[in-house]
Amino acid sequence: MIDTTGQPVVRVVDLVKRFDDRAVLDGVNLQVIQGETMVIMGGSGCGKSTLLRHMIGSIWPDEGYVELFGQNIAELNDDQFDAIRKRFGILFQSGALFNSMTVGENIALPLKEHTDLDDDTINVIVTIKLELVGLREAAHLMPAEISGGMKKRAGLARALAMDARVLFYDEPSAGLDPVTSAEIDQLMMDLSKKLGVTSVVVTHEMDSAFRIADRMAMLDKGRILKIGPRSEFEALRNGAVTGDETSDLIRQFLRGDPDGPITRRRRSDGYEEDILDAAAGHS
Amino acid sequence: MTPPADERSPIDSLGDPVVRAMRYVGGLSLLIADTAVWSFRGLVSPKVRFGWEALAIQMVRVGVRSLGIVALVQTFIGVILALQMTPPLATFGQEAMIANIIGVAGFRMLGPIITAIVLSGYAGASIAAELGTMVVAEEIEAMEAMALNPVRFLVVPRVLATCVMTILLSAIADLMIALGGYITCRLVLASDVWVNYWPNMRDQLTFSDLGTGLIQAAVFGVLISAIACFEGLRVRGGAKGVGRATTMTVVYSIVSIIASACVCTMIFYIFDF
Ligand SMILES: Nc1ncnc2c1ncn2[C@@H]1O[C@H](COP(=O)(O)OP(=O)(O)OP(=O)(O)O)[C@@H](O)[C@H]1O
Ligand SMILES: [Mg+2]
Repeated sequence: MIDTTGQPVVRVVDLVKRFDDRAVLDGVNLQVIQGETMVIMGGSGCGKSTLLRHMIGSIWPDEGYVELFGQNIAELNDDQFDAIRKRFGILFQSGALFNSMTVGENIALPLKEHTDLDDDTINVIVTIKLELVGLREAAHLMPAEISGGMKKRAGLARALAMDARVLFYDEPSAGLDPVTSAEIDQLMMDLSKKLGVTSVVVTHEMDSAFRIADRMAMLDKGRILKIGPRSEFEALRNGAVTGDETSDLIRQFLRGDPDGPITRRRRSDGYEEDILDAAAGHS
Repeated sequence: MTPPADERSPIDSLGDPVVRAMRYVGGLSLLIADTAVWSFRGLVSPKVRFGWEALAIQMVRVGVRSLGIVALVQTFIGVILALQMTPPLATFGQEAMIANIIGVAGFRMLGPIITAIVLSGYAGASIAAELGTMVVAEEIEAMEAMALNPVRFLVVPRVLATCVMTILLSAIADLMIALGGYITCRLVLASDVWVNYWPNMRDQLTFSDLGTGLIQAAVFGVLISAIACFEGLRVRGGAKGVGRATTMTVVYSIVSIIASACVCTMIFYIFDF
């Protein structure tokens, strides 16, 4: 069971982010408690990666703030923030490997720069981390020479290199075959259950989400529509249509139904007008 | 709120590029300052390891690839100088002075400046493209998230390497200009000029001719690489942004090379170097 009275590791408060005057995040509030696995879900383009980027300080909000380990990251200087970042492992949606280095060197880099370990020890650690994600044979390959799914896994190995206490994953199982995907889920669960790692996982693979989550949050239109323990989302998924717009919307998303509030809303968003405008030759 | 373009007064629209230019120069200066701080910390602080290996890699990359082109181009410059300067000198019966003229023009100005322009196309454009591609591939973001400072790990080795290599290549360039002039005198011009070519050049050249040239080379090297890194790191919008960054790197580099040469020459003039 999750002790929700534990220390919040990540706290997002009233976060607003606009790109060209369009609010992608519009007042997001979220806490991730020490040791839990928080899954963030939401439709493609709804701002999940943007939210994750705020949590790691890659981009800065227009309003609101982010706290890590109880400290507002906007108030930290570079050295203080780097000290916190060394306790993180981050898997980017694209993998974000360094293309000028081999897969093995990618994983060795944080160890070389942030620890005093000798080369032999680093090589052993690299081999172990690659084996964890099933990529031991790819150590000497360049990122350009491996597939998308392999890049994802290499990025995961790099995120794990420093034995971080907090892990951020942006769609860890997107683009992976079902078996590898299940293996990665198992790895994430092991890290969390056996080592007490705190995880923030962005995903829209529902099977994976329900396997790994302690708590879940649904992001929609720049806001958290619902946040709660996995059991609540399970109940919602298995329940019948209620007529309540919010629950039906989440239910449609969890089940992947073609009909429901999400698709209805898309059609009603001025679709006919757009068609008529386009036909009339001005958009 | 900025008013829409058609509602702005002429003064306003004049201000816009000025503000942008000032922002650009400000950002570039900050990057150079940051680079200086990290270089210093790397060399002095025991806690910050200095990336000698990365520096060596960048020096090879910047220097070796451009060596042939620099040598070739600078030989041409020597040939051109000799051919252009001899007729006017001949009207005063001073053909023998050709070595002195080539010496001063080459060592003080043309050696460093032409080398820097070649390097802005070679090293500058490739650095901008490389860093820009890294931005697009989210590599820079990943570095920062891993507590690896991009200025320390990427900018410092590139700026130092370009600075050192511009100096070395300028020294080589000086020799090639002199050699180009000599070959021309020997093969094309009146027979007695080449006999005293090297002695004349040695008599004419002072330490400050070489020194001011190499100081300028160092300035050019820092400017080219800093502009390239600055353009590369601020790339937005995918492959198109990378293309724009490489073009702007070459344009701004050449402008800044000539402008800084002018400033340096004024300073040297005032202090009588
Ligand atoms: N740098 C940026 N500049 C402008 N708009 C951006 C930028 N980054 C993201 N956006 C916009 O923000 C919105 C959310 O993007 P984000 O990448 O966070 O979505 P996402 O939920 O992660 O989607 P996906 O599931 O497809 O990865 C998108 O509409 C995108 O167009
Ligand atoms: Mg995303």
